[in-house]
Amino acid sequence: MKVLYFAWMREKVGHGKDTFDSVPDGVSTVGDLIAYLAGLQGGYAAAFADQSVVRAAVNQTYVELSHPVADGDEVAFFPPVTGG
Amino acid sequence: MEDFDPGDEIEALSAEDTSIGGIASFVGTVRGTDDGETVAAMTLEHYPGMTEKALEHIVTEAEGRWPLKGVTVIHRYGRLEPGERIVLVVTASAHRQAAFDACAFLMDWLKTKAPFWKLEEKPSGAEWVDARDSDDAAAARWAGKDGENGTT
Repeated sequence: MKVLYFAWMREKVGHGKDTFDSVPDGVSTVGDLIAYLAGLQGGYAAAFADQSVVRAAVNQTYVELSHPVADGDEVAFFPPVTGG
Repeated sequence: MEDFDPGDEIEALSAEDTSIGGIASFVGTVRGTDDGETVAAMTLEHYPGMTEKALEHIVTEAEGRWPLKGVTVIHRYGRLEPGERIVLVVTASAHRQAAFDACAFLMDWLKTKAPFWKLEEKPSGAEWVDARDSDDAAAARWAGKDGENGTT
């Protein structure tokens, strides 16, 4: 499973990508993954501190926190978008 | 990403299709000030892969809502300075109203659904631009059948 971070979430985490051989124990949804990541050492807690400004995508499609995650997924976390 | 020429893009979209009767376009550019502060430059970050998919999805949605003869959407990324072009939307239809409305719709959805993020360089430091409630409101006026995303 690949996990990508963009914009200020990438800056707070300190890098843009994590790779996991498999989904971490106890994680079955995007929300579970956020809880797992927020508990890691480093900048993760700061990046996920305000979940109201965290958007999630699985395999490049927007999803809700209840969406499941699987070993081969590309999961991404980023702030609300500001293009245009 | 390199610049585009709006005139060339409009020409390319409408060439050889005489059923087109109206073409609308929007060009977004980098503002040199924000909240009274000078903006030296803006860096646009995107999500390679998802950004392209999101733009295709938005264009498909517009084509489903209006009788369009052609659509062009170009969105640059990387570091851009004040006055530089960021985004181009061109819509062509048999009549003007569909072209106008589809152009506005594409910009409103692009601003709230396409994965781009702006980092401004200001005297006080680099600052990520916050999403605006007014952009969400603008996108919401086209409320309809898109229920699958979480970008509210």
